[in-house]
Amino acid sequence: MGKIEWAMWANEQALASGLILLTGGIVGVAGQFAGWQFAAYGVAAGVFVCLLEYPRGRRAKGTSVERTGQYCLTVCVKAFGPITRNYYVRAFLHAALCVPGGFMLATVLGCVCLGIASLIYLLAAIRGEQWLPILPKTETREKPRESIKEPPQNPPPRPPADLRRKRLEDVEGAAYVNPIPVTGSED
Amino acid sequence: MAQQVALERHRHVFQVNWLDSEWIRRDDEGSAMCMSMSKQGVQGLSVTLQSGLSWARAPAAVLNFNCMLILLPVCRNLLSLIRGNFTCCGRSLRKQLDKNLTFHKLVAYMIALMTAVHTIAHLFNMERFNNSRQGKGDELSTELSELGDEANQTFLNPIRSTSTTPTYVVFTTIAGLTGVIITLALILMITSSMEIIRRCYFEVFWYTHHLFIIFFAGLVFHGAGRIVRSVKTTDPPHNISFCEDQPANWGLIPQCPIPQFAGGFPQTWMWVIGPMVLYLCERIVRFVRYMQTVTYRKIVIRPSKVLELQLVKAGFKMEVGQYVFLNCPDISQLEWHPFTMTSAPEEDFFSVHIRVVGDWTEKLMSMAMACAKIEVPLPHFRIGVDGPFGTASEDVFDYEVSMLVGCGIGVTPFASILKSIWYKFKESNPTLRTRKIYFYWLCRETHAFEWFADLLQVLEREMEERGMGSFLTYKLFLTGWDQSHAAHVKVHFDKDTDVVTGLKQKTYYGRPHWDNEFTEIRNNHPTSVVGTFLCGPEALAKTLEKKCAKFSVVDPRGIKFYFNKENF
Repeated sequence: MGKIEWAMWANEQALASGLILLTGGIVGVAGQFAGWQFAAYGVAAGVFVCLLEYPRGRRAKGTSVERTGQYCLTVCVKAFGPITRNYYVRAFLHAALCVPGGFMLATVLGCVCLGIASLIYLLAAIRGEQWLPILPKTETREKPRESIKEPPQNPPPRPPADLRRKRLEDVEGAAYVNPIPVTGSED
Repeated sequence: MAQQVALERHRHVFQVNWLDSEWIRRDDEGSAMCMSMSKQGVQGLSVTLQSGLSWARAPAAVLNFNCMLILLPVCRNLLSLIRGNFTCCGRSLRKQLDKNLTFHKLVAYMIALMTAVHTIAHLFNMERFNNSRQGKGDELSTELSELGDEANQTFLNPIRSTSTTPTYVVFTTIAGLTGVIITLALILMITSSMEIIRRCYFEVFWYTHHLFIIFFAGLVFHGAGRIVRSVKTTDPPHNISFCEDQPANWGLIPQCPIPQFAGGFPQTWMWVIGPMVLYLCERIVRFVRYMQTVTYRKIVIRPSKVLELQLVKAGFKMEVGQYVFLNCPDISQLEWHPFTMTSAPEEDFFSVHIRVVGDWTEKLMSMAMACAKIEVPLPHFRIGVDGPFGTASEDVFDYEVSMLVGCGIGVTPFASILKSIWYKFKESNPTLRTRKIYFYWLCRETHAFEWFADLLQVLEREMEERGMGSFLTYKLFLTGWDQSHAAHVKVHFDKDTDVVTGLKQKTYYGRPHWDNEFTEIRNNHPTSVVGTFLCGPEALAKTLEKKCAKFSVVDPRGIKFYFNKENF
């Protein structure tokens, strides 16, 4: 199983909470319930949380799967740097955002769910996790390796030409050892 | 082909039937609402709540039905029992039982959707109840809501205080409180069941999913407060159509005595008690199986990080192509991992080949290697076995000529099948009609499958000894070859056995040319019935299905290819 990355679950929970808060808010506003201002807040907070939580973070270990079309939001969220990277900030942010939802029935479920997400983010932060964006890897092209099929650029090492000239008067002395061993082709 | 169509048709029929029953329940409840609105039933409520009542009651009915269904697909031992006992029914019907997890998820989505509708409807209901209680609604609603304030009156509106909020009411009634708790449990269960959490952090999913205990407990008590009130017949009866225009006269004229109300009897428990008991039995069975002794017969460490475990368990009976769940308490108490069995039913043990791909398998391998190092004959660590599960593929024995195609990891069940066929052939088992097998093994590389090559070697040798060398024809296709492979083959071209597998049959490179293969089989067996079995990707299944259709001959004396895709 390995190390559990709580932030992954916190992210799912927070996204769900955002949607629930948003739905509750829409119901409260559409039905003109008493305290509908809290519902309106729920809509705004819900949308904000959804946008913040939609881009999934990169897993510390293993392959990360990104959500459909999350690239734009990833870039936006990444732009805020340490504010969005740090999970303590997210934990306290969600805790603060969820409080006004508790004042109206339609948004109370969203409030509790967001509170739970905040707690899981706190756990993730305590364990030192942080949000890293999933960005497409820039392919670094490997330099094409030298192919052995290329014809040699230099002639094989040979002693200088005058030494190689056939010296019929001194056949023994003219013999030299090849610096690189050569094997004959056996056909 | 026909079987495939039948299988798909069954699945869709099953799903459509389920969806139909959902709609019927909703329609029933909705029309019951309409009918009862014109009868005495819950007209009082419908006046106050308008359509919110039906919008809450209809999903509640659907929820009753679905909460009954959701526990059943995860009772894998029960499903195995049904599958085993219903051998008389068609195989395609039994195959539906293999899609149990898909069905569980489908039902879960429906529960989530219905919960959402039910909750939203109740948000409106609570608001309307509160408004009626505070006199903000029409006169009739206010009058109805005031019933119960005086002695000898029963109430209709569950909100008795005139200065409260819906939130307070919800959290102080049984129905409201249980509703919030179980919805919360449901949300937590769903967020932790997302694919990424399930695949990567299984423990989070498994622990959180046990919130279903809270879910069902809350669900059973959700109606205990009897908060939904319906009219009781009084003597003399309250004439609704006459009295609804003059609420001020109620109790003052003989046609309009004060109407009396009573809460409805909670019904959800009747729907869910059966499956809850069945699931409890299922967990007990799993625990009993876990406690049963499993002894090691042999463990072999194979190349490419594959571990073979040969195990013996009293009373264990398997069929070809089935799988078991293994658990090792020394590694993790919770994790049960499925492995296809690679031994034949004829053997007195069962074996699994475990490839190291993750944490659990890696720990298992390191524990096995530690045992091997200290030269202990058999491991000391306990192992629990649950199973066997899965559709048995007995059909392979029915065909005169069998064409078996295994891709990559899909080759594993064929180990079991090939061994079983060979045992049956040796013993001249009458249930075996197979006289010739063509086995195609497709893989990108033989890495991690050397054990299968060993198996083929053993079979090859035994067949040669008995002079039955022509019983099995196998072809290995390496689809992931490259220059170094090719160079290696070129150098060792003249060797008798294949360089990659060590088998007599040479390895082919690239994908098989199915037209050629089918033509060859057709030429060799012009009058036979050929069964084609595939364990591999969907794309290949489509290709083979087409080829089977293409090469089958209409003439009843001619060759016929039947395609079977097995989900092992």
